[in-house]
Amino acid sequence: MIIFSILAAVAVFSAVMVITRKSPISSAIYLIVLMCSLAGLFALQGAFFIAALQVIVYAGAIMVLFIFVIMLINLRDNDFGIDKRKIQKYLGFIFAAVILLQAVFITGWAMKEFSNETESAMSSEFYQSPVDSLDQEDYLSAESVAENLFMRFAYPFEVTSILLLAAIIGAFVIARKSDPIDDEGEET
Amino acid sequence: MGFNWILISPEIAVLATGFILLILDLFIGKSRGFLLTAVSFIGIMVALWLNYQNYSIMGVGFQGIVINDPIGFYFKIIFCMGTLLTVFISSTYVSREMKGMGEYYVLIFIATFGMMVMASSADLITIFLGLEVMSIPLYVLAGIHRGRLRGREAAMKYFLLGAFASGFLLYGIALIFGAYGSTNLVEISQRFLFSSGFSGILTGAGMVFLLVGFGFKIAAAPFHMWVPDVYEGATAPVTAFMSAGPKAAAFAVLFRLFSVFQPVISDNFTTILWILAVITMLWGNLLALSQKNIKRMLAYSSIAHAGYVLIALTVGGRDGISAGLFYLLIYTIVNIGAFSIIIFFSGKNEKYENISDYAGFGYKYPFAAIAMTVFMLALAGFPATAGFAGKYKIFVAAINSGFIWLAIIGIFNSLVSVWYYIGVVVSMYMKQPRDESPTVILSMTLMVAVLVAFIGTVYLGLFPDDWIALSDWAGSHYSWASIVGSLVR
Repeated sequence: MIIFSILAAVAVFSAVMVITRKSPISSAIYLIVLMCSLAGLFALQGAFFIAALQVIVYAGAIMVLFIFVIMLINLRDNDFGIDKRKIQKYLGFIFAAVILLQAVFITGWAMKEFSNETESAMSSEFYQSPVDSLDQEDYLSAESVAENLFMRFAYPFEVTSILLLAAIIGAFVIARKSDPIDDEGEET
Repeated sequence: MGFNWILISPEIAVLATGFILLILDLFIGKSRGFLLTAVSFIGIMVALWLNYQNYSIMGVGFQGIVINDPIGFYFKIIFCMGTLLTVFISSTYVSREMKGMGEYYVLIFIATFGMMVMASSADLITIFLGLEVMSIPLYVLAGIHRGRLRGREAAMKYFLLGAFASGFLLYGIALIFGAYGSTNLVEISQRFLFSSGFSGILTGAGMVFLLVGFGFKIAAAPFHMWVPDVYEGATAPVTAFMSAGPKAAAFAVLFRLFSVFQPVISDNFTTILWILAVITMLWGNLLALSQKNIKRMLAYSSIAHAGYVLIALTVGGRDGISAGLFYLLIYTIVNIGAFSIIIFFSGKNEKYENISDYAGFGYKYPFAAIAMTVFMLALAGFPATAGFAGKYKIFVAAINSGFIWLAIIGIFNSLVSVWYYIGVVVSMYMKQPRDESPTVILSMTLMVAVLVAFIGTVYLGLFPDDWIALSDWAGSHYSWASIVGSLVR
């Protein structure tokens, strides 16, 4: 519980830092801290594989890409100043607060509903708690992740590859310097 | 169960066509426009044929993630029709304005694949993936014309707001997963049989978020802000494509979701849908009245049409689904038909897209003007056109299910809409033509598209019985999840 509290506090703190820092590089560094503390939280739940993935994929690969991009586009400080329009800023805070409260209340309410229901429904022989339906024993191991990914979720997995292909073609089309054939209508 | 490849054969055909186009584009030179169109046409025909082969199969595959049922069957026909017409109307446009960009077709086919995945999946994860596979090519297509700055702006707006909407969608999926411990709709519907082991409040919150996410895609009223700018900024064939298929795909998912969650959806939720339908219709129709640009006008009209289909969603059940399916089919054909005439009239670089530019076209190009008149009347819902059959079915379904006020508001709205649709016709026939007139570009493929859409509009208006029977048959499978569930067990 103590470890959880520390990790959670670090995660929340660095999440706030990510969105308040002015320099993109320090935002990125705080994002690494955030990812690592999230990985710690996963490990605490016994999901070591997910924790490892979190560190390798997010804190490792994606962050390197982020920092590369930041370096490549070479922003100066005044290029992305804080938005001066005050009303939007405050409205943003208000809406964020409303959404946060909603999330907290809905979760709390649902937890209460679950605990009430579990008592009444335990007697029913068909009762199957949502958590039980996941195979608690081994759904955290790398083996079961692989098995789920390539057996049960093989189809979504394949669709993801198409998604990546679409993104690659899209990026190619957007980033292409000029049309392959020039404006005179003659092939070059 | 296992991997049931037969069930996704139409999807595979569409995807394979996309890959063939991608590779073919590298090797062909001069006659690329024609060849790419021909390959696209064959690919869509194969997909339709394979879909027809799956006509009577009611089945699940890939561990209950993919389903094939009459609803998915019907939607795949709609997508294929939309893509087919889009390919025909874009053929010359792409080779003229974009110098024959092969990726254009590839992106259209990948988007179509995404729609098919959405319409035939029984799992929220696959639905989300299908949505993204559909959306990403659309973001790119909106800004594919390099010379069009407005297109760039449209693509950016569409992308940012689309990503925002995807966030809502994922949050909703997470909440529903929290409530049921599963993202599979069939498994979720089984939960209701024992009426325990789920949380009503989480379901409600999750459904609201899903509704927001899909409301963005169907352009329902509070989430429609992107529609006019994107429809105006994107090139006309892309707009035609965007207004038909993706909308139908999002509706496909909504119909599926609401039929699954019927047991837990309270009256409050019906009220939400009711209000959403009314706002969407009113907002779309009232703002369409004051539009000068024809693409912007059709953008608001497409919001209004989403409102009519939302009536069908509110009604739900057998009648609602069959009316919604039939309406979406008609809207796809008529709307792409209208856009094909816009492409015909607008000239190079789409210079002429104001309604006032259409002055005097009725005498200069009588056949195109007649076709445009029919499309406009069909969108307004005049009797003897397809639009009337579709609207009639929706309003009858609403009245039979006791949503009398909803039907009255809908009828009032279609009366309002007559005003701005007739405005185009009036401009074509009763205004003096201007001095400078656009040089229209006529091509075989565009003519074929206009002809197909025209015949479809008239045929579905005069003899809609076959297709109404087909959509009734699809609608009678509204409890698809429990049917599939009994197959699994």
